[in-house]
Amino acid sequence: MYVSVKGGETAIGHAHAWLAEARRGDTALAELSTAQIEQQLSLAVDRVMAEGACADRGLAALALKQARGDSTEAAFLLRAYRTTLPRFGYALPVDTAAMAIHRRISSTYKDLPGGQVLGPTFDYTHRLLDFALEAEGLAAPPPAAEAKEEAGRMPAVTAILAQEGLMAPDLASDAEPPDITREPLAFPADRALRLQAMARGDEGFLLSLGYSTQRGYGNAHPFVGEIRMGEVRVEIEPPELGFAIDIGDIMVSECQMVNQFAGTAEAPPQFTRGYGLVVGQNERKAMAMSLVDRALRAPELGEAATAPAQSPEFVLYHCDNVESTGFVEHLKLPHYVDFQSELEKIRAIRARWFAERAP
Amino acid sequence: MSETSPKPRPLAGYNFGYLDEATKRMIRRALLKAVCIPGHQVPFGAREMPLPYGWGTGGIQVTSAVLGPSDVLKVIDQGADDTTNAVSIRRFFSRVAGVATTESTAEASIIQTRHRIPETPLREGQILVYQVPMPEPLFKLEPRVAESTKLHALADYGLMQVKLYEDIARQGEVGTSYNHPVMVNHRYLMSPSPIPAFDNPKMHMNAGLQLFGAGREKRIYAVPPYTDVRSLDFEDHPFKPVRAPHACAICGSEESYLDEVITDDAGGRMHVCSDTDYCASRPPLEDAP
Repeated sequence: MYVSVKGGETAIGHAHAWLAEARRGDTALAELSTAQIEQQLSLAVDRVMAEGACADRGLAALALKQARGDSTEAAFLLRAYRTTLPRFGYALPVDTAAMAIHRRISSTYKDLPGGQVLGPTFDYTHRLLDFALEAEGLAAPPPAAEAKEEAGRMPAVTAILAQEGLMAPDLASDAEPPDITREPLAFPADRALRLQAMARGDEGFLLSLGYSTQRGYGNAHPFVGEIRMGEVRVEIEPPELGFAIDIGDIMVSECQMVNQFAGTAEAPPQFTRGYGLVVGQNERKAMAMSLVDRALRAPELGEAATAPAQSPEFVLYHCDNVESTGFVEHLKLPHYVDFQSELEKIRAIRARWFAERAP
Repeated sequence: MSETSPKPRPLAGYNFGYLDEATKRMIRRALLKAVCIPGHQVPFGAREMPLPYGWGTGGIQVTSAVLGPSDVLKVIDQGADDTTNAVSIRRFFSRVAGVATTESTAEASIIQTRHRIPETPLREGQILVYQVPMPEPLFKLEPRVAESTKLHALADYGLMQVKLYEDIARQGEVGTSYNHPVMVNHRYLMSPSPIPAFDNPKMHMNAGLQLFGAGREKRIYAVPPYTDVRSLDFEDHPFKPVRAPHACAICGSEESYLDEVITDDAGGRMHVCSDTDYCASRPPLEDAP
């Protein structure tokens, strides 16, 4: 009896029903609310928000709930939603020097204007499982000590270096920024485009690539000039108004990596910058991004580009996890037509191989 | 089975065909350019779709851009209408566009396909939309897009000719059994998408309009009706379309492309048409399973 291997509408319906049941888990336990996810799994929410390229914590929490905690699937849900939204225009560049600081550290200076602010970091925690967290109904942790309010702007370390001429300036541009959500990637990709792609790129991919530059694949000599994390004001300037209006604050993580540069016949020896900016709290990705940003600047700085992290096509075409997961996972779709042609091909080639060797 | 279904009510809250009209216009511009330069890959601003990349987002966007309320849509994967992804895409369009769908090649005005060209020849006015994973025919030989773009500009396809030559030198025949590259209109080397080489000749001088969408790679290309499409080969090693040397166990066809189906774990197997509509339209054999 020939049993069709082909699936159908009923099978899909059943699979989705099972998925919904599995998502909910044991109904004897209370359902997780999106507000709880947003508050208590906030770094997972931030990652989904960054990779989903949509700065909305509520939607990111919903996506995580729907995706059963799968951050790549959640980022995909958020992307598919954001692409349907109308676009009103561009925000003005955010001013990270005017950030309401939650965290700000420099590893190049012991002390500096504004000081070092550790903020809510895992750094210096001992990674011991805290079994007390297993218990329910724990008392709320006591409020952390309030830092004294810092007045005004906190200058970037790279700006301090630039005053002395030691930091290569990054040229400002008033040109309309490229937009990878509307136009396909094109090469050569300018730095704004590269940073844009990496800001929504996969954290794990950028982390590994950044790491590779430290291990000799890309010749990096990085110092953390500064990492800062906090709220920045987002402003837009509607053409009919002619002045900027504040549309809200968002949390961002920024990393400025300071790198050596030997100089050329035209440019004196000086430091150069690797830059990373990620929506939400995600210092690891901001750091990795700043390493890869600097690596990708090799051609413009006259350096040999030999490592994967220095190849714009390699980095930008593969950093998007929604694209990557789609193409990797599409291999589970039926391919039996192609496989059939491969079967006929290998049978023919084997027949020839054996015929040539027949005694 | 193969009759056209009535039009369902489209899903509220979405534009006809899911994409907004400005996006459709952008895609149609890319399609027009693609039709004007047969075989040339046109970059387009592919959107994230509610289906994953690699699952037909390019084909879906092209279909969405050309679909009208009076169209009749057929969706196949591996030649069959009832494969899971074909079912899913067909259901997507009945939900977001409310168009009539069919399993009949002859009754469809638009056919979206993955990996096959239907056995029933297309007629004028029909559109065949291919889902394309890798639009660049040279990508395995030259992965850098900036470089392969130059090779197309110069019509420099020596890399591919050398690859085919090396296959023949090593194993006596060309190594590609599917996605065999074609020259379109004597100018552009083109990926026919991963259709079996058996289907390649159907592209040549086809009466229908053939549109190709690659969503993840953000490229569109086209073969207009009655365009010259030649599979790359050599005079002394002409292109050979291959099918399994059997007859369909259901309809007895000795012309159609066949799937090999394993029936037991003792080497038992049978061959059936991959094109389910073609197979169902023929009288079944008396001893059909």
